[in-house]
Amino acid sequence: MSENPEEGIVLTAEQKRRRRARSIAIALSLGLLVVLFYVVTLVKGPAVLIRPL
Amino acid sequence: MTRPLAPGLTRAQPSLAGVEDYIALLKPRVMSLVVFTALVGLLVAPGHVHPVIGFTALLCIAIGAGASGALNMWYDADIDAVMTRTLRRPIPAGRVQPAEALAFGATLAVGSVLVFGVLVNWFAAALLAFTIFFYVFVYTMWLKRSTPQNIVIGGAAGAFPPMIGWAAVTGDVSLAPVLMFLIIFFWTPPHFWALSLLKCDDYARAGIPMLPVVSGLDETRKQILIYSLVLAPIGVSPTLFGFAGLAYGAVALACGAVMIALAWRVYRERSGPAAPSAAKKLFAFSLLYVFVLFAALLADNMLARLGYGL
Repeated sequence: MSENPEEGIVLTAEQKRRRRARSIAIALSLGLLVVLFYVVTLVKGPAVLIRPL
Repeated sequence: MTRPLAPGLTRAQPSLAGVEDYIALLKPRVMSLVVFTALVGLLVAPGHVHPVIGFTALLCIAIGAGASGALNMWYDADIDAVMTRTLRRPIPAGRVQPAEALAFGATLAVGSVLVFGVLVNWFAAALLAFTIFFYVFVYTMWLKRSTPQNIVIGGAAGAFPPMIGWAAVTGDVSLAPVLMFLIIFFWTPPHFWALSLLKCDDYARAGIPMLPVVSGLDETRKQILIYSLVLAPIGVSPTLFGFAGLAYGAVALACGAVMIALAWRVYRERSGPAAPSAAKKLFAFSLLYVFVLFAALLADNMLARLGYGL
């Protein structure tokens, strides 16, 4: 890693790989949360789907 | 182009943490025991819970337990750095910054309780919140560094999961989950003190007042034996109170007898290579003890529901 005030911090290949892995893990976790809320909504209360508009 | 920094400021360094480091912060091995005992609490509770809701409850309990672990590692990073057992954890190893672990743990703690409350029920969510609070504030921040009774009282945090699993189904707490709580509560001291007999120097170097450090090895051996003698009948108590059948009672009785026999060996073997060997055997069996008892409780309950109970 080199630090140049003109360029900012330049990530090494390994740091980029780890950042990408963290980003994918966060995306998968958020995706799971969305799916979980969707499925639980179907399981717990189908009435929420037939409410008046 | 980046603007120059003001004098005295340093630029934030890129994180070196990998996904595996964040998983390590969740203490997955501790989490496995929490999830298993919570699963048993959930499955033996009277009533029906939809599998999706049951899965959601277990997920929230697991994440809540992991959050507690991350917050524990954040607070204990200084003592983890001087103990050989914890030296390679992500924070003392320098791969995760303390602030990252704090943010990670706090987010998961709040998130797991909120999701639990919204998707399962708020009583169980409140129990989970209390468990996290107890582990982080009462055990980690207060008891651990101030009293040799740290793991006795703090052990309550590890004993709550089956109660939370039960509450996820019923929305309340009765005698049966209290008995499951007591089994883990009285199992914790002999389990951890067996480990602390082996890692006494580590705890002394870190300044943690574990029982062997404060009261000596012989007093610890005596306390291990006393707690094992109390644990054995409590292990059988679900049968005595009519909550489990004779099959479970027989397994619990046998496991309790082995636990007492191993604790007696720890009490008797005080020098030479036999002493650490006895402590290692007790530590290993104590892990098996809690898994076997809860597995037997589950099997006994399932057989009774199918009409094959003894």
